[in-house]
Amino acid sequence: MKYLSEYRDPELARQYLEEIKKTVTRPWTIMEVCGGQTHSLVKHGILDVLPPEVQMVHGPGCPVCVTPVSLIDKAIFLAEEKNVILCSFGDMIRVPGSKKSLLESKAEGADIRILYSPLEAVKIAENNPDREVVFFAVGFETTAPANALSVLTAERKGITNYSILASHVLVPPAIEAVMEDEESSIQAFLAAGHVCTIMGTLEYYPLVERFNIPMVISGFEPVDLLQGILMTIRQLEKGEAKVENQYARIVEEKGNLIAQDTIYKVFEVSDRLWRGMEVIPMSGYEVKDAYAAYDAKRKFNVNIEEAPEHEACIAGEIMKGIKKPHDCPEFGKGCTPQMPLGAPMVSSEGSCAAYYNFSNLVNELEREKI
Amino acid sequence: MCLAIPGKIKSIESQYDGLVRMAKVSFGGIIKEASLEMVPTAKVGDYVLVHVGVAISIVKEEEAKKTFTYLEQIGELEELGMIKQQLPDPSQYKDAT
Repeated sequence: MKYLSEYRDPELARQYLEEIKKTVTRPWTIMEVCGGQTHSLVKHGILDVLPPEVQMVHGPGCPVCVTPVSLIDKAIFLAEEKNVILCSFGDMIRVPGSKKSLLESKAEGADIRILYSPLEAVKIAENNPDREVVFFAVGFETTAPANALSVLTAERKGITNYSILASHVLVPPAIEAVMEDEESSIQAFLAAGHVCTIMGTLEYYPLVERFNIPMVISGFEPVDLLQGILMTIRQLEKGEAKVENQYARIVEEKGNLIAQDTIYKVFEVSDRLWRGMEVIPMSGYEVKDAYAAYDAKRKFNVNIEEAPEHEACIAGEIMKGIKKPHDCPEFGKGCTPQMPLGAPMVSSEGSCAAYYNFSNLVNELEREKI
Repeated sequence: MCLAIPGKIKSIESQYDGLVRMAKVSFGGIIKEASLEMVPTAKVGDYVLVHVGVAISIVKEEEAKKTFTYLEQIGELEELGMIKQQLPDPSQYKDAT
């Protein structure tokens, strides 16, 4: 497939790896922000072949993992108690709420539908005028334009039985939270290419200046990641701290202005609780007053308290890059994708799931038992 | 969650009573629909990056090639740097005239 297979070329990847090995002279710790990048690094075996001096730490970039328990409980309540058709991306479906997941609720008879796009949910609302349709609008800045577009489309068409349960988080405040943590050892970031596709690169300059760290916007394919790591290490070795764009085939400096305009028509920036972490100031999007009629939180006015995380789950420390999945005593034992204790073991972008599905750790755990 | 895949626009049409410009996009032979609201200049034949049913960027071919030439470029730059180091400092030369 054009613009994918070329970036999976093993020979080119090997050349990049050689250049990384030639360039690195001392240990460096780099955080890749996006869960998609984490999965790619683990799945393609990049973590296994990087020189030992290059330590990749996995960031909080999994919006599914940081969606508060109370919002999942709210989605389940709407589906079960309010006769709502609850639509969601597939990633959210197995993440545990305080008592159960959306999938368990669906198995018990709730009308919960897995969709590829929020625009499909608008069509469902149009075809079911006697039912309320709620889309569980989870995501980073990448997904916000599509979720906002669904609201604008419903409004333009005069559809009044559609609303969104917004659970949006923003990347730059999360990077700040990671850097402000005293336990953080991060020296550079691979920034999330698809978030920057929407938002551009300008908001990273103040972070680079404040924390004196290299910030390289990177793609997701193996060669993209290796080039991003090389660019980062070249900066670190020279003592530089710049914003660089490895993903220029997709990302422009100003981002996608139409997408940003779409976001700010419907959403405004607000404080936001990150599951497993804390409330991070100005780190999320909530629906503006002008679109309150499309905001499920207001429309249904359900008040559900935040529930505590399973006490054995160390998701917060994993998402801040302080610990790795194999540092958790429950990894692969009391916590597996089939029986997860926390969201990072469920989501397709969670660090724990990436390690469980694609690394050798599970085999090693099995060998320990013998 | 932020997964987005590049595909080639095969055809363009209006949907939702003309409110949304949609495209049929081919991902290695698999055809899916995507909204072109965020990329109004996209045309048939362009490659667009699609995320949850919405095209969010047009792939820039010239930039796409740079990943394949980056290693050569940095090699040339380093060679140039080494040559510069080996050359005498031009400020040592006084104007002979």
